[in-house]
Amino acid sequence: MTMAQTIKDTAHKKGHFGQFGGQFVPESLMPAVLELEEVYEEAKNDQAFIDEMEDYLTNYVGRQTPLTYAAQLTKELGGPQIYLKREDLNHTGAHKINNALGQALLTKRMGKKKVVAETGAGQHGVATATVCALLGLDCIVFMGKEDIRRQELNVFRMELLGAEVVSVDQGEGTLKDAVNEALRYWVAHVDDTHYIIGSVVGPHPFPAMVRDFQSVIGKETKDQVKAVTGRLPDAVVACVGGGSNAMGMFAPFVNDSEVKLFGAEAAGKGIETGKHAATLSAGKIGVLHGMMSYLLQDEAGQITEPYSISAGLDYPGIGPEHSFLKDSERVTYKGITDDEALEGLKLLSRKEGIVPALETAHAISYAREIAEGMTEDETLVICLSGRGDKDVTTVKERLGGDSHG
Amino acid sequence: MGKEKLEQTLQATLDKGDKLFVPYIMAGDGGLDVLTDRIAFLEEAGASAIELGIPFSDPVADGPTIQAAGLRALEHKVSLKDVLDLLKTTRNTREIPIILMTYVNPIINFGTEAFAEACEESGVDGLIIPDLPMEEEDHIFPHVKEKGIALIRLAALTSPDDRLKQIGDRTEGFLYAVTVKGTTGAQATFGEEVGPYIEKLKTFTSKPVLAGFGVTTPDHVRDLSQYGDGVVVGSKIVSDFHDGVTDTIRELIQASKG
Repeated sequence: MTMAQTIKDTAHKKGHFGQFGGQFVPESLMPAVLELEEVYEEAKNDQAFIDEMEDYLTNYVGRQTPLTYAAQLTKELGGPQIYLKREDLNHTGAHKINNALGQALLTKRMGKKKVVAETGAGQHGVATATVCALLGLDCIVFMGKEDIRRQELNVFRMELLGAEVVSVDQGEGTLKDAVNEALRYWVAHVDDTHYIIGSVVGPHPFPAMVRDFQSVIGKETKDQVKAVTGRLPDAVVACVGGGSNAMGMFAPFVNDSEVKLFGAEAAGKGIETGKHAATLSAGKIGVLHGMMSYLLQDEAGQITEPYSISAGLDYPGIGPEHSFLKDSERVTYKGITDDEALEGLKLLSRKEGIVPALETAHAISYAREIAEGMTEDETLVICLSGRGDKDVTTVKERLGGDSHG
Repeated sequence: MGKEKLEQTLQATLDKGDKLFVPYIMAGDGGLDVLTDRIAFLEEAGASAIELGIPFSDPVADGPTIQAAGLRALEHKVSLKDVLDLLKTTRNTREIPIILMTYVNPIINFGTEAFAEACEESGVDGLIIPDLPMEEEDHIFPHVKEKGIALIRLAALTSPDDRLKQIGDRTEGFLYAVTVKGTTGAQATFGEEVGPYIEKLKTFTSKPVLAGFGVTTPDHVRDLSQYGDGVVVGSKIVSDFHDGVTDTIRELIQASKG
């Protein structure tokens, strides 16, 4: 059986990607996820919904985003022609709003008035607070206390936008704990509240639905690269935490076997130190947050606390479709350390005048390695998932104020 | 053993004219050493069966009290395997049926077949898995069914009737009627819809219907038991054991008698 067949066949088993995915949620939530599945299936085939979404994406989010030729980076690396897909130029500064907007429109379609969300770095929280302000929805965002400390400006942005930000003290106070609290809140308020999950994670239909909303990234990229080079790119690289920007970039290319796909996950201080968030490199299959996927866990099946310099990659699970794409060897995933990511951040800042988010910096570092095996008549696209303004304080602390590193 | 023992024991209590009372305790809270004594205490005090919680790092169906108990148990490094091993070595010290309450991940990590075998060897009679809806039960149910262990299904206030009928039809041991829209934890009152909901569930299943989540006082025990066949009490028992108070536990159990 070829890989393309495998992907096609498994797509028929509802809510699963091979053995991954599913709906591991309490019965109290099942009616809500089943309703969401039904409403989403209806909406995605409804031209009025598609038109409304496109109108907001064009006139509010600022799509389509540019594909920037990175001339200096191309010269520096001396390999393939490098292009940057500029998701950092979206309203709110990252790809997150593509999904938040889609789900907020679905919230209205379901007749619900309130939204709950989790956030790690704050990008998804800001995107959700933004679309809730736009569409007149009440918004409550759960955020780990450690992340609140690391991203205080984003907390203030969410509050300016009218959202209520709730600090989560459980666990280590990071993204996983914020998801737990958001799920608990959703169970208690499911009648009038929709949970806008921020990545391609959670119970079905979230992973497939969030991928679909983010697929605009890959679709645009495909058209833009073809317009410039007359053919598909040879390689595409994106960073992976939960994996939404990567899934949105990869999905339109998955069946184009000539396009190599690469995912950069966070290796933190090094996988061998145990302080990392490299779920695909070092995880084991299990169930968390409603899905079966690779997870970071100990020998007894307790989920362990991930670590990354980047709050957005600091998650012990990963989207189930990524787990499938890893096992089917369609996508190559690699861990990138904090130090390597910082080098990537400095490189892009110096060569292209773009300060990327720390999450994105992992993809840039991996791109440097991928470029080594490529030639100048080939094309490499980096998904520039977000801008780095939010991370300047963290980077400054880490580099000790020495911008020359 | 297993499902048969659980169902026969519960029926014997109902035949006496008593209601069922299933206390929940967190295995490993206070250390694993106290577990055997706590089970013996609850058996002696007249509980119908014990729901024994396995600590998990991410208990999304649980409120603050049981979350905290789970964290305390994890500080004692108590694992699913430790609990099963202890139950195995102490299985001759008790008559009362044992129901394990665990999230899916520790089972997957243990290995589903190995888990079912270990449950049988340890004298586990039933299972409650809060994050395993009907849609996913094939991951686990076939293995535990083979060993004759009851898979107790949960019904929710949000479930439509067609789902409730399927759940009622499938459940083994008893039907766990979740009585709040939310997580576990003590509360003052229940919604007006709870009585009719439990009565409706009675018509959807041949098994006893037990109300759980939020059951806190002897009045709750009496009020909720009149609609169905009894109650499950979790957070209140967990916090009483943690505080070293046992008189109130006896009072709760007594409220289910006669």
